[in-house]
Amino acid sequence: MKARHKRFGFLLVGLAGLGLAAWLLLNALDSNLSYFFSPTEVAENKAPKDHVYRLGGLVESGSLQRGQELTVRFVVMDNANKVNVEYTGILPDLFKEGQGVIAQGRMGPDGVFVAEEVLAKHDENYMPPEVAAALEKSHREGVTGMQKL
Amino acid sequence: MPWFSAAAVVLIGVGLYMSFFVAPTDYKQGEGYRIIFVHVPAAWMSMFIYVVMALWSGIGLVFNTRLSAMMAQALAPTGAMFTFIALWTGAFWGKPMWGAWWVWDARLTSELILLFLYIGFIALQGAIDDNRRADRAGAILALVGVVNIPIIYYSVKWWNTLHQGASVSITKGSSMGEVMLITMLIMTFGFWAYSIAVALARVRSIILERDRESTWVSQLPEMRTR
Repeated sequence: MKARHKRFGFLLVGLAGLGLAAWLLLNALDSNLSYFFSPTEVAENKAPKDHVYRLGGLVESGSLQRGQELTVRFVVMDNANKVNVEYTGILPDLFKEGQGVIAQGRMGPDGVFVAEEVLAKHDENYMPPEVAAALEKSHREGVTGMQKL
Repeated sequence: MPWFSAAAVVLIGVGLYMSFFVAPTDYKQGEGYRIIFVHVPAAWMSMFIYVVMALWSGIGLVFNTRLSAMMAQALAPTGAMFTFIALWTGAFWGKPMWGAWWVWDARLTSELILLFLYIGFIALQGAIDDNRRADRAGAILALVGVVNIPIIYYSVKWWNTLHQGASVSITKGSSMGEVMLITMLIMTFGFWAYSIAVALARVRSIILERDRESTWVSQLPEMRTR
């Protein structure tokens, strides 16, 4: 075995060891690295009850209510569970019903999540408005077509 | 090398023109999304250059070649620059769209660690006077840091993050409009050409600097005229 083969072997073993260490570390941290909790995790009591955390999901269509001043109430859902949210402040431009949202705050005693900060989360799809309109249209036609069947 | 510089100028010029004037507006984000044409190619380059740097470092350690360490040294500032651009444009994009300049989610944090790795590599190599030892130390740091690359790439898949998932992937294709994708790829190739041109120019000066005492450098036409 030549010296450089030996060094190559060391290198491979070293990288494999590092990779394993990183994997173990990330596994141990696991959920602590997640940026937010989903409504389902909240329903399963995985979210901390007594301190601040972030809640992420979709704003349910038709759930947005504007109260006094800048207070808004809406429902965050993930198609399985829902959480009521209350927030006072300015919402980001992308905030819309049916869109992704991340709210930071704590759960109130009445089961309403009181947010201190609301961030909009957008998805990885980018397209011209005409394409989006065409997709929407064909989707609607598809849905009505299904209903006729 | 002049070819790569020329290609970089042309591609980035065309890419920027297309980013601003040809690519359509986005259905959700309007004009603001156009920052993607710099942000994503820069982020790709920041990861890719690090992998190449680690590869050169590995080759340098195994085969004891001097040039590979110099290549790694030449790539580091360019990689650091692209990482910085990715973070900076990301902040400018995040503010209007998400509502925050910065959040500590897994994607953003791991990309910041990448910037520190680049800076650490440059600092470590610069801090040791003996070239061979500097190369060795830098190579080990570069190789250790390479575990961060898959973490950056898959962070949006493994954990809940504010950052959205990948728009373009080899296995799933792209979820962008066609013109948008083409514009982004042109910018990416422009950044590639730029990185190659700059790295080669830098490695040339590193070679000259390290071999300044040798006879072949003193016999260069530029030196003889003096």
